[in-house]
Amino acid sequence: MSTAAAPAGNGAAGGTGALVGIVLVSHSGAAAEAVAELAVGLAGGDAKAPVAAAGGTPDGGLGTSAELITEAARTVDRGAGVAVLVDLGSAVLTVKALLAEGDELPEGTRLVDAPFLEGAVAAVVTASAGADLDAVAAAAGEAYSYRKE
Amino acid sequence: MQAAAARVDREADRLTELDSPIGDADHGSNLKRGFTSVAKALETDPPVTPGAVLTTAGRQLISTVGGASGPLYGTLLRRTGKALGDAPGVTAEELQAALRGGVEAVAQLGASAVGDKTMLDALDPAVEALGTSFAAAAEAAEKGAVDTTPLQARKGRASYLGERSIGHQDPGATSAALLFAALAEVTA
Repeated sequence: MSTAAAPAGNGAAGGTGALVGIVLVSHSGAAAEAVAELAVGLAGGDAKAPVAAAGGTPDGGLGTSAELITEAARTVDRGAGVAVLVDLGSAVLTVKALLAEGDELPEGTRLVDAPFLEGAVAAVVTASAGADLDAVAAAAGEAYSYRKE
Repeated sequence: MQAAAARVDREADRLTELDSPIGDADHGSNLKRGFTSVAKALETDPPVTPGAVLTTAGRQLISTVGGASGPLYGTLLRRTGKALGDAPGVTAEELQAALRGGVEAVAQLGASAVGDKTMLDALDPAVEALGTSFAAAAEAAEKGAVDTTPLQARKGRASYLGERSIGHQDPGATSAALLFAALAEVTA
């Protein structure tokens, strides 16, 4: 895991209340990093929400790592909840299983039902504007309704 | 659990071979990594009740497997272990009831049903046959796994292949049969 270029901490330091954190879970470390970078980049100068990528396995292979996910969630947790966006299969199942454990992820961590890339952009922009976890989840989920043909 | 780990270790290559034509060719190596870690965790800090053995094993699988089989088997074992609670011993009936809950949790987590060409096709008949004997459960699981061959996959990576998934035995159902074979071996 590594933290994307978002200036984490700026938001909370602004005195406007804590920002929702975003975790991006992909089967590929490179994909998670790239989507994080893209989402933060498209949020422009307003990208204040903490974003962390948790892609691939700890040894750099393809797959899902519970360890990287919990580490990423702790990194971005500012006390306002954490929105977790996932790609496929084991990423979905691992996050669901960790949530079912109860004490593995920070309180207020939620699996957000959203398309991975488009949802990440919506989540980062919305969270950076100071929205709460419900609003961040809703914005990310709405990305499903944007049809491409 | 040690017997399951040994069996997974022995059959890892075969599981990965089964996972090559219709999956991402990592089922054997993933489960091997998971069960090696289970065996190690149980050796380092041996739990005292059957329930605790299963919950510890489930946790290890969720943490270390890296593929979908980790959270699925992890949930199966944890849910079963939690249902057994801290009872010092377990009857076959109690194990069957607890496993049934575990299998339901797996179906819910994977949003899957019997006939989707998944591990459920071996787990479900095995748990039912557990009412007869451990050997019958192992046999039912093996039959369930073999019977996935003509099915079309509706879940997971294999589902993208559509009809081309037909004619291949499901790796997840096969590993589930291995686990019931291990259970029959240690209870024989």
